[in-house]
Amino acid sequence: MDSSPLVTSGEPPEPDLELDCRGMLCPQPVIELGRRHTEVPVGGVVAVVVEDVAARTDVPAWCRMRGQEYLGEDSAPDGVPRYRVRRVS
Amino acid sequence: MAHAHLDAAAGAPLHPAAREVLEAALARGYADPRALHGPGRDARLLLANAREAVADVLGVRRDEVWFTSPLDAVQRGFLGLAEARRHVGTRLVLPGVEHAHVRHAAHWWTRLHAGEVVEVPVDATGRVDEHDLVENAVGGSTAAVACQLANHEVGTLQPAGALPLPDGVPLFVDASASLGLLDLPAQHWAVAAGAATSWAGPPGIGVLLVRRGTRWTNPFPGDPEPQDFGGALPDVAGSLAAAAALQASLAEREEVDARRRRLVDRIRAVAATLPDTEVVGDPVDRLPHLVTFSCLYLSGEALVRELDRAGFGVASGSACTASTLEPSHVLAAMGALTHGNVRISLGRDVTEQQVEDLLALLPDVVGRLRSEVGL
Repeated sequence: MDSSPLVTSGEPPEPDLELDCRGMLCPQPVIELGRRHTEVPVGGVVAVVVEDVAARTDVPAWCRMRGQEYLGEDSAPDGVPRYRVRRVS
Repeated sequence: MAHAHLDAAAGAPLHPAAREVLEAALARGYADPRALHGPGRDARLLLANAREAVADVLGVRRDEVWFTSPLDAVQRGFLGLAEARRHVGTRLVLPGVEHAHVRHAAHWWTRLHAGEVVEVPVDATGRVDEHDLVENAVGGSTAAVACQLANHEVGTLQPAGALPLPDGVPLFVDASASLGLLDLPAQHWAVAAGAATSWAGPPGIGVLLVRRGTRWTNPFPGDPEPQDFGGALPDVAGSLAAAAALQASLAEREEVDARRRRLVDRIRAVAATLPDTEVVGDPVDRLPHLVTFSCLYLSGEALVRELDRAGFGVASGSACTASTLEPSHVLAAMGALTHGNVRISLGRDVTEQQVEDLLALLPDVVGRLRSEVGL
């Protein structure tokens, strides 16, 4: 397996693009992700920042259905959940 | 085109065989069956007939059958097992995809008694592993375990008949979505609950089954023993109509289910060809009449509204269709897409034409809604 920044540094990679979806309800955050993830190069990381709890299931589900890599959840500085995705294709 | 009702799991027309029974029972069974006068005796007789009919077709004893509301059958049935073992422990164990009625009951009771609820994870089809469930019940402090017979949202069968629980821990089987459609397990359960909606009976009637020899104590105010309708004035006519509908549904089950199973297979096959659409639930080990799928980028509400406009009534587990704005905990527990969700459940009188009409329309509806979001 290729070594990724996640493996080499032990720290989650900082996203190349952060989508501020605060206040949006499902499916809007996933629509944003579907529209804009191609703004980062293949291998790049997109993060979705959103309070809506559906995103906790729907961002990983989007990755599975669209063949992208789900990296996990952390928080934005204001405590809002942030879901990170690596663009695979 | 007439409206096609494809949301039978949430309510369907009363089975024709139960209509006459209901009419007659309303005329004769209006009194309190516990009363000592003539009309009371009439009502008592009708209720006894209903009990006998249900016991007969379900293969249980008459004194194991109680009529009540569907919600009460679940709450009282499950928590009565827990209450009888409160001296042993206050832990309740259940799969993470139980109906909200079961989960809410469990959380209410454990809050009241400083206990805990253990919700056991499920796989991607929504099925709980029987060993996981049994393992979580080991250890002495478990009051009771609940397990549904089949999942009400995605149709997946659960291993409720294969749970030999340790240390005398009793099992509550929630058959609210499946009684009349699936057989009850032959063994290992203490209490079961069913809802007449799942066999085209009156929507307000539930059945509570308490196996003989089960340690059960009413968890609510009132008599400690099981009673019809929790001790309230019984709905005798509704109970008799429910019994008649159950008899009739079981008599025609083989033929009706074969048709519904074939139509569900057909819906699953077509839904699977829609772009960015996930058909969820076990494809084989499932309820005969129910199918669920989710369409990426779409709102469940928009799908339900569009299909209604076109003449098809369907349900959705997406957050935007729920009063709480919470996504379906079933879909979330499975890791399935929670938005763009459609649940179709076929009634006993569904026709092939209705399903084919829906399937002819579905790709256009999904395509149009998706082009509106630009994806």
